[in-house]
Amino acid sequence: MTAALHESYDVAIVGAGPAGLAAASFCARAGLNTVLLDEQARPGGQIYRAITASPLQPDTVLGADYWEGRALVREALASGAHYVPGATVWGLLREGEVAVAVAGRAHLIAAKHVILATGAMERPFPIPGWTLPGVMTAGGAQILLKSSGLVPRGRTVLAGCGPLLWLIAWQYLNAGVRLEAVLDTAARASWSRALRHAAGFAASPYLAKGLRMMLAVRRELNVIGSIAALEAEGDGKLEAVTYRTSSGRAQRIGADALLLHQGVVPNVNLSLSAGVAHAWNDAQLCFFPLVDAYGASNVPRLAIAGDGAGIAGAQAAEARGQLAAIAVIRALRPQVQMGGQEQTARALLRRFERGRAFLDSLFRPRPQFRRPQGETVVCRCEEITAKQIADTVALGCPGPNQMKAFLRCGMGPCQGRFCGLTVTELMAHARGVAPQEIGYYRLRPPVKPITLGEIAGLPTNDAAVRAVARE
Amino acid sequence: MFRRLTEASGPALTVEIDGMRVPAQEGDTVAAAMLASDHVVARTSAVSGTARAPFCMMGVCFDCLVTIDGVGNRQACMTAVRQGMRIDTGRGKRQYGQ
Repeated sequence: MTAALHESYDVAIVGAGPAGLAAASFCARAGLNTVLLDEQARPGGQIYRAITASPLQPDTVLGADYWEGRALVREALASGAHYVPGATVWGLLREGEVAVAVAGRAHLIAAKHVILATGAMERPFPIPGWTLPGVMTAGGAQILLKSSGLVPRGRTVLAGCGPLLWLIAWQYLNAGVRLEAVLDTAARASWSRALRHAAGFAASPYLAKGLRMMLAVRRELNVIGSIAALEAEGDGKLEAVTYRTSSGRAQRIGADALLLHQGVVPNVNLSLSAGVAHAWNDAQLCFFPLVDAYGASNVPRLAIAGDGAGIAGAQAAEARGQLAAIAVIRALRPQVQMGGQEQTARALLRRFERGRAFLDSLFRPRPQFRRPQGETVVCRCEEITAKQIADTVALGCPGPNQMKAFLRCGMGPCQGRFCGLTVTELMAHARGVAPQEIGYYRLRPPVKPITLGEIAGLPTNDAAVRAVARE
Repeated sequence: MFRRLTEASGPALTVEIDGMRVPAQEGDTVAAAMLASDHVVARTSAVSGTARAPFCMMGVCFDCLVTIDGVGNRQACMTAVRQGMRIDTGRGKRQYGQ
C-alpha cells in the first residue's frame, strides 16, 4: 500500500488486470495524475492473479503465458501511477465521482476521466446440484492454484467447455494432479459451425498453443465428449457427478470435487450502474457495453477497456487499455504525441482478435446448460428455481426487474451477478423474444456491499451537507 | 478438499476456524485457508439453510460469507489471512440478538 488517496486525479482506473495495468502505465507516463484502484490485494487481475507472489516457481505448471504478465505489472508499478490495492469501487456517483472503500473507510474521489477495466467473470453454469459444497468454478480452482499453490485432493471431475477448461486441465497435468474425468459439454456440431471461421483462427497466436494443450489433455486424461446432461449429486456435499452423452450413454462418477466452466462474460455491474448503454452479443451470449474504438462510452469521460467491454483475452485487453489511455491523454495533454503507440496497440489488438469468432463458435455453451429447467436453482442467493421463473413468466411478468417483486430473484448479496444472464435467457426463451428485448437487471450503487460505518465516515463538506440536509 | 503443491514459501500462520486452530500460509485468502484445511462449508444459506462453500474465489458469488474477528458477512475469498485471525462460519440468517 502506498500514500493516502488524494481528493482528485486526472484519471481513475478501476481494475489492475491487463487492461487497467496497461492504461495506468500509459496515463502516468504521459504525465497524468493517475490512480489505479483494485479490489484484490495484489496486481494482475484474475488472468495474472498473484503473479508478484505466487508460491509456484516460474516452471511449467502455469505455463509461459502466465509469467509474461510480470513485465506488465512491473511497468505499471514503476510508471508513477498511484496503485491502491484492496480498493473496492462501489459506485460512480455524480459525473467524475468515484466512490471507493479502502481498509474499512469510504472515499469519494474526483476524476476528470474514468477507465473501467473490471474484466470478466465466469458465466453461470446452472445445473442440478451446483450449489453443493464440493462444486466450484474451474476459474476459482485456478485462482487457488495461482495464489496459494492449491490443487484438488480427492476425486475430481472437470466439466464444461471453453479455452480455460483445457488450460486448467493442462496445468493440473503439469502439477501431477489426476482428474477422474474431463466432461466436454461442447456440441459436436460446434466444430462444423466453427470451421467457417477457421481462416481467421489459422492466423491466431492461440492456435498452436491451444491445440498442443488439448492434445496433451486428451492423451493423458479421461476426456468424455458430447455431454448432453450433467448433474451434481450429494446430501450436504458433493458425492457424485452424473452425466448423459448425446448418444444416450449415462454414467455416475463418485467425486469429491466438481469444477465447472463454460466461458467467461464481461463483469458489467459497474458500467451498468453508471448508465452506460449495453447490448446483447449473440456470439458471446452476454451483455456488453457499447463503446467506440477507444473504449469511450455514451457517458462522458467514461471508458471501458479489456474483457469488461467484450471477451477478447489478456493481450487484447492490454491493447484496449492502451487505446483507452491514449484517448484520455489526447483529451488532457494534447501536446503529447501518441501516434506511434496507437499504431502498435492497434496492431496488437488486430493480432489477438483474430480467431475470436472461431473460439466463440466452437465453445458456445449449449442451451440446456444456459437455460435450466424444473427444480434447478438459478438464483443462488435467494434460491429461486428455473420452474419458479417459468411460472412467473406465465403469469405475465415481462422482465427481470418486475420479477424481483415476485421472487426476489437477483436481490441477494451477489446482486444478480450469478443469475442475471440465466434469467434474461430463460425469460427471452419463454416469451419468444430476443434477450436484448428482455434486458438485464437495473443496477444501482453501491454495486458492492459497504457498511453503514463506511458511509457515515465519508468526509463531509458544505456541498455534501447541503445535498442531504432539509431546510 | 485441496492440498498444497509447494512447501511453505512464506511464513506459516495459524488461524482459528470455529474454534479450531488451523495452519495457513502468508498470501492465502481466508477461503484458501479453509479449503486447504477441509473446512469447506462457509455458511448455511439464508433461505433453505443448506450448506455453501467458496464457489468463485473472486468476490462475485458471495457464497463464502463468514464472520471474521467478530465482523459478519465478510467475503472469505477477498480477505487475506492474518496471524491469529478468528473465523466463524455462518448459520443462515442473522438471529435476533446476535
